[in-house]
Amino acid sequence: MSASEMGLPDKGGPRQPLVIARDLTCHFPVRAGAFGPKKVVRAVDGVSFSIAKGETLGVVGESGCGKSTTARLLIGLTPATGGKIIYDAQELGEELSLRDLRRGVQMVFQDSFASLNPRLTIEESIAFGPKVNGVDAAEARRIARDLLERIGLDPARFAGRYPHELSGGQRQRVNIGRALAMRPRLVILDEAVSALDKSVEAQVLNLLTDLRRDFDLTYMFISHDLNVVRYISDRLMVMYLGEVVEVGPAEALYERQAHPYTAALFSAMPSMDPYARTQVPPLAGDPPNPIDPPSGCRFHTRCPFAEDLCASKKPRAVTLGEGHQVACHMRDPASGHGKAAA
Amino acid sequence: MTDTTQTAVLPAEAPAAPARGYWGGVWARLRRDPVTLVCGAVLGLLVLSALFAPYIGLHDPYQGSMVSRLKPIGTEGHILGTDELGRDMLARLIYGGRLTLFLGITPVVAAFVIGTTLGLIAGYVGGWANTVIMRTVDVFFAFPSVLLAIAISGALGAGIVNSLVSLTIVFIPPITRVAESVTASVRQLDYVDAARASGAGDFTIVRVHVLGNVMGPIFVYATSLTSVCMIIAAGLSFLGLGVKPPEPEWGLMLNTLRTAIYINPWVAALPGMMIFVTSLCLNLMSDGLRSAMNVRQ
Repeated sequence: MSASEMGLPDKGGPRQPLVIARDLTCHFPVRAGAFGPKKVVRAVDGVSFSIAKGETLGVVGESGCGKSTTARLLIGLTPATGGKIIYDAQELGEELSLRDLRRGVQMVFQDSFASLNPRLTIEESIAFGPKVNGVDAAEARRIARDLLERIGLDPARFAGRYPHELSGGQRQRVNIGRALAMRPRLVILDEAVSALDKSVEAQVLNLLTDLRRDFDLTYMFISHDLNVVRYISDRLMVMYLGEVVEVGPAEALYERQAHPYTAALFSAMPSMDPYARTQVPPLAGDPPNPIDPPSGCRFHTRCPFAEDLCASKKPRAVTLGEGHQVACHMRDPASGHGKAAA
Repeated sequence: MTDTTQTAVLPAEAPAAPARGYWGGVWARLRRDPVTLVCGAVLGLLVLSALFAPYIGLHDPYQGSMVSRLKPIGTEGHILGTDELGRDMLARLIYGGRLTLFLGITPVVAAFVIGTTLGLIAGYVGGWANTVIMRTVDVFFAFPSVLLAIAISGALGAGIVNSLVSLTIVFIPPITRVAESVTASVRQLDYVDAARASGAGDFTIVRVHVLGNVMGPIFVYATSLTSVCMIIAAGLSFLGLGVKPPEPEWGLMLNTLRTAIYINPWVAALPGMMIFVTSLCLNLMSDGLRSAMNVRQ
């Protein structure tokens, strides 16, 4: 197999979303103690979204809201307990095998050190993926050297180095190169720049935008840093406790947040303007335990606008504008919420 | 002057990557550690002299002499004296190293292979495989290792092969446990996930990404077990469950010479000294290896 055959050919045409997730769920059974009652952690609970070809979907939310689990479901590292993944018009498990999916989707992890085998040179790390997919050793080596060049590490100097001989930013570049060696079309960046310091983060972000253009990539960009997400994303998905609460075009969401949780997230974002004062009180407390999520709207325990209705009835997704959807009773005229815009 | 500043400022044509690789790095770190080097040299000398014992002009270790029994250290012709049957101690100590080292190393090597395999399976597969393997291992842990070795040897009967088997069984559980915990911690690292995400099969992942990173700690641990194994093997021989007389073996020699402890204590202590020095060297060397094999320095 040659390198050009590694990626998957386009099946659905340009208008078919690259990935569609329908009602994805991921429940982990847990036990409280050895003989305690069996419980279920609802890490991801009925998440649906799609990512168009060539766009960048930013995913934000507090820690533990299911961002990373959603990513791991998409690449098959954690088996989904329910729902469908449709990659380029082919359903995973039907027309598409997990092995094929992994040729189309790759992931960059947050911890740049833990994601590289300390016993392999970075060239070997990058060449590993192509090699296990049948590319011969010399060709895999050439791919690795090409990619090192592309990610800004001179192969003559860096190819034979070990991860501990590189800086954090360089290691993260290698991780990006390793993901790209598989010729994926979707790259999931799970907090990929969060552990880097600001100047290095900016360089890696620029590299990512260049690579997106050059390799025709689609990104799913997971982060808790809203400024970074704004810089790179076309669309934004906000998650809370295993559910999607709002999704929409990034600029529209930065202008106006429809869901009170999104609004709280954005108001917690530090401003560059020293005279801008935060108007909204910050959210109090931690998110509830996903073992026993609140009834109705999961956000009602922390929502300043919650009414009795919110505790009993789950809000449905309402479309507000072009591609802007929100799951909140306040935005649903038919819900009966006191603040619902009729 | 200008030349030196220029080379200092412009390391542009840096030598293309350090060519020494992982083991080169380990060796470079070992070279700066005199204790480990000395211990390694002592062990090397012991192994070499044991291997080439017939060719270095020693007395016959089986040939006794009734007239020169229990000669003290420094006797003419017998530098380290003679034992209770008048046999040359130096020859017996060196020949004894053959059996003792063999009995100390072979079970650990066998247990290393078996225990690493079991630990890898338990740690990598997890779930029921882990439960079955680790709970079985726990059963063996319930017995003190010396007692377990004696019990198995006693059940199988005396003899070298049987003591090898019993010692192997004794050392499989601790090595399995170390292998399992190291594997489990490596398994959840992101590079294993990344390898899975690139479509590699479990066998390839274990071979390329897991094995190399768990071998080091297990190997070092096994090295430290060698001295324990030697001591237990000597103990088995001392009890009459391992090597039988007249074979020279340090534990057995300690046993037969103990009657002479009031007559000629220094000679009687010599086999014990050998066990002590060898196991000390093994322990210190495994410590040195442990730090030399630590990549993150």
